[in-house]
Amino acid sequence: MSQAMQLNRRFFLTAAAAAGGALSVNWTIPQAAAQGAAAGAEVNIWAVIHPDDTVVVRIARSEMGQGTLTGLAQLVADELDADWRYVKTEYVAPEANHANKRAWGDMSTGGSRGIRASVDYVRKGGATARAMLIQAAAAKWGVPAAECTASLSIVAHTSTGRRLRYGELAAEAAKLPAPADVKVKAPAEWKLIGRGVKRLDTADKLSGKLVYAIDVQLPGMLNAAVAQCPVFGGKLKSFDAAKIAGLKGVRKVVQIDDSTIAVVADKWYQAKTALAALPVVWDEGPNATVNSAQIDALLKTGLDAKEASLGQKQGDFAAAYTAAPKKFEAVYGTQFQNHATLEPMNCTAKWDNGAIEIWVGSQNGDASLAAASEAAGVKLDQVKVHKHHLGGGFGRRGQQDYVRQAVIVAKQFPGTPVKLIWSREEDMQHGFYRPITQCKLSAGFDAQGNVTALHARLSGQSILAHLAPQRMVNGVDPVAFQGWTAEEFGYQGIPNLLVDHAVRNTHVPVGFWRGVNTNQNAIFMECFVDELAHAAGKDPVEFRRALMTKNPKQLAVMNAAAEKAGWGTPLPKGVFRGIAQNTGFGSYTAAVAEVSVTPKGELKIHRIVCSSDCGYVVNPEQVAMQIEGSFVYGLSSVLSSKITIDKGRVQQGNFDDYEVMRLAAMPKVETVLVPSGGFWGGVGEPTIAVAGPAVLNAIFAATGKRIRSLPLGPNDLRSA
Amino acid sequence: MLKLNINGKIHDVDADADTPLLWVLREWVGLTGTKYGCGIAQCGACTVHIDGVATRSCSLPAGSVGAAKVVTIEGLSPDGLSHPVQVAWAQLDVPQCGYCQSGQIMAAASLLREKPRPTEAEVADAITNICRCGTYQRVKAAIDTAAALSAASPATGKA
Ligand code: FES
Ligand code: FES
Repeated sequence: MSQAMQLNRRFFLTAAAAAGGALSVNWTIPQAAAQGAAAGAEVNIWAVIHPDDTVVVRIARSEMGQGTLTGLAQLVADELDADWRYVKTEYVAPEANHANKRAWGDMSTGGSRGIRASVDYVRKGGATARAMLIQAAAAKWGVPAAECTASLSIVAHTSTGRRLRYGELAAEAAKLPAPADVKVKAPAEWKLIGRGVKRLDTADKLSGKLVYAIDVQLPGMLNAAVAQCPVFGGKLKSFDAAKIAGLKGVRKVVQIDDSTIAVVADKWYQAKTALAALPVVWDEGPNATVNSAQIDALLKTGLDAKEASLGQKQGDFAAAYTAAPKKFEAVYGTQFQNHATLEPMNCTAKWDNGAIEIWVGSQNGDASLAAASEAAGVKLDQVKVHKHHLGGGFGRRGQQDYVRQAVIVAKQFPGTPVKLIWSREEDMQHGFYRPITQCKLSAGFDAQGNVTALHARLSGQSILAHLAPQRMVNGVDPVAFQGWTAEEFGYQGIPNLLVDHAVRNTHVPVGFWRGVNTNQNAIFMECFVDELAHAAGKDPVEFRRALMTKNPKQLAVMNAAAEKAGWGTPLPKGVFRGIAQNTGFGSYTAAVAEVSVTPKGELKIHRIVCSSDCGYVVNPEQVAMQIEGSFVYGLSSVLSSKITIDKGRVQQGNFDDYEVMRLAAMPKVETVLVPSGGFWGGVGEPTIAVAGPAVLNAIFAATGKRIRSLPLGPNDLRSA
Repeated sequence: MLKLNINGKIHDVDADADTPLLWVLREWVGLTGTKYGCGIAQCGACTVHIDGVATRSCSLPAGSVGAAKVVTIEGLSPDGLSHPVQVAWAQLDVPQCGYCQSGQIMAAASLLREKPRPTEAEVADAITNICRCGTYQRVKAAIDTAAALSAASPATGKA
């Protein structure tokens, strides 16, 4: 038996003893198996209750700024009837989830699913724990449970006025069998769900105390700086470790794989400096001459290609288009985008006697566990993952490349933890970029100016082909059609519709970027529909309304934004409005932008009104924050940032040439929530889709310029 | 050996004089509240106060600090929460991921020390820190709140 296994066993035994045997019957997990647990009774896997009434809610998803941690706690605490003032949270350890057959469900945190995909079982978990606490009290008093009520962490026996605090009941409750069919509350009974409570994890972000993965400090820890072949697909040819051997702090040069090298030193700054001085020769491989112009040309071939995968088809586009007396056509294009989370990729790993332990900010604890196990060549039960809050995720930290690297380096230093950090430049040049996409749109009008036919031909890179080919459906990447699918497309009033995608893959890695393909798809759709409105001589909102009669939810959300923004009412001189709507990640969204543009081409965004119907709102304040933030992220990609390729590699290196929005450009964002109930929609991503097109349509209103190649160039808006 | 005055305490640090202050703080002194975001004075995540002035520590050689007083987010207020800027930030629930927030807070605190009631343009000029989560709207509002708090009880406004 390895030392690690003995440790594990001892760990479990002490943990069980500490919990006083107060383990729930249905789950034999000592509460200390989850991270950060203190002595309290695990009523069930979601709630640990301490004698002082502190309720610790277990969180399986990751917190990266999107507020999911607080939202999930609200869901559990509401069903539990816990006193919110004493609610805390702790992450579930991925190894505990694995050891218990994924009792806490899916840990992956992306696709705006953190809350909506957890809702059923976390609420049920809270409700079940509540029932057990009531049962414990009823047993103590010798009364039927039905005569007892729970509220604010207290169970009361109504007729006799007896009361017991959850803290007094938890140990007993934990011994009871979990009742099977516990009902969750009806929306009218919610006390916490729907309330704009503050986040639970703010204080440590204000004091500098929050330990992100990059801040981990362990005794004897070494640090690694990493360089990957600058050309994607290239390989490491040779390096001369002797040249940096004498540098201060330097321990070792480690070749991680055939395209990656790391320098390990006492401090990361020493490692980074030494890496810069290390002579490295790359074999840049077959992609060494590829540039953005070639990639643009490749995508262009997809716009008229015979072969394309089908996204949606209604009626007969070809016939209707041929017959249309008036036709309209436009081509749009967007470039690669990098996530550029402010905390660069990093992971700390420690290899000890056949076991691997990592400290990481990850959007998917399960995947980090698996990646560490694979990279270390050990079984899953020999891996321990410490989950840290993420300094931004946006989709990037669903990938586990940096975890694998850290593990491989750590294996070279048995018993010594190694923290591997990517420099900003490495982070900028080795991302999983938002896929480059072009779109040719063709529409036909009848004699009365009604749109009778619409074709959107997308051409571009497929995320699934790169990351998860097994999820392709008959060669089709469904992700490419986000916003254009039959369930999402808001203009079902168009009788003849064709949406297809010509896959044009490049050597550049692509991935899920906040909002994913709704970003570019909504620009294509909403700017083009705006063009059609103007071509038909109609008001953009009126024009859309006519096409949306079969889409009442979309219509209601668009109307809400238009109304709040005062669509149609006069604006200050020089200020103009634009509108956009979109459906994605299970929610309906719309936005109105107000902008002005000086003759020199200086754009000012004065105001954004953004409406959203995400069904049920868990926390309106958090939704507003996500909406505000989504405009910053989305508009950065429309107004300034882009990743371009030359000589096979990314040309941008840092925030000086990958320009993102800063405070000075921040418009006032007003959130209008119009929750229609009955479903749980996503929040983090949906509204990013309308940010770009609302502003671009307002720019057209202000200048008469249609910007179809994005992001905006420095002189695009100049009128002279 | 460098001698640095950090948060009111003298530290002897065995780092080369050209090591950026950011890395001396994080790796030699163990104060990790100051963050690395870009390393080239672009993002402001590494902002600290040097004799009260907001400074991007990633681009400042530690050897050039001399006897100047360095204050990091850990030293902004005794309990880490009571500086008016921190109070305002908590009231408006500003942080999202939080990674940029040490820098935002340090930049805001220094601005308010210089200009107790900054105009919108002055805020836009002074706060150029990058926030990828997009908290700017709340940062702006919280600076106004902090200014009002400081005006109401000037005694708490120092630090
Ligand atoms: S890390 Fe210093 S400004 Fe970005
Ligand atoms: S809060 Fe995440 S970068 Fe600012």
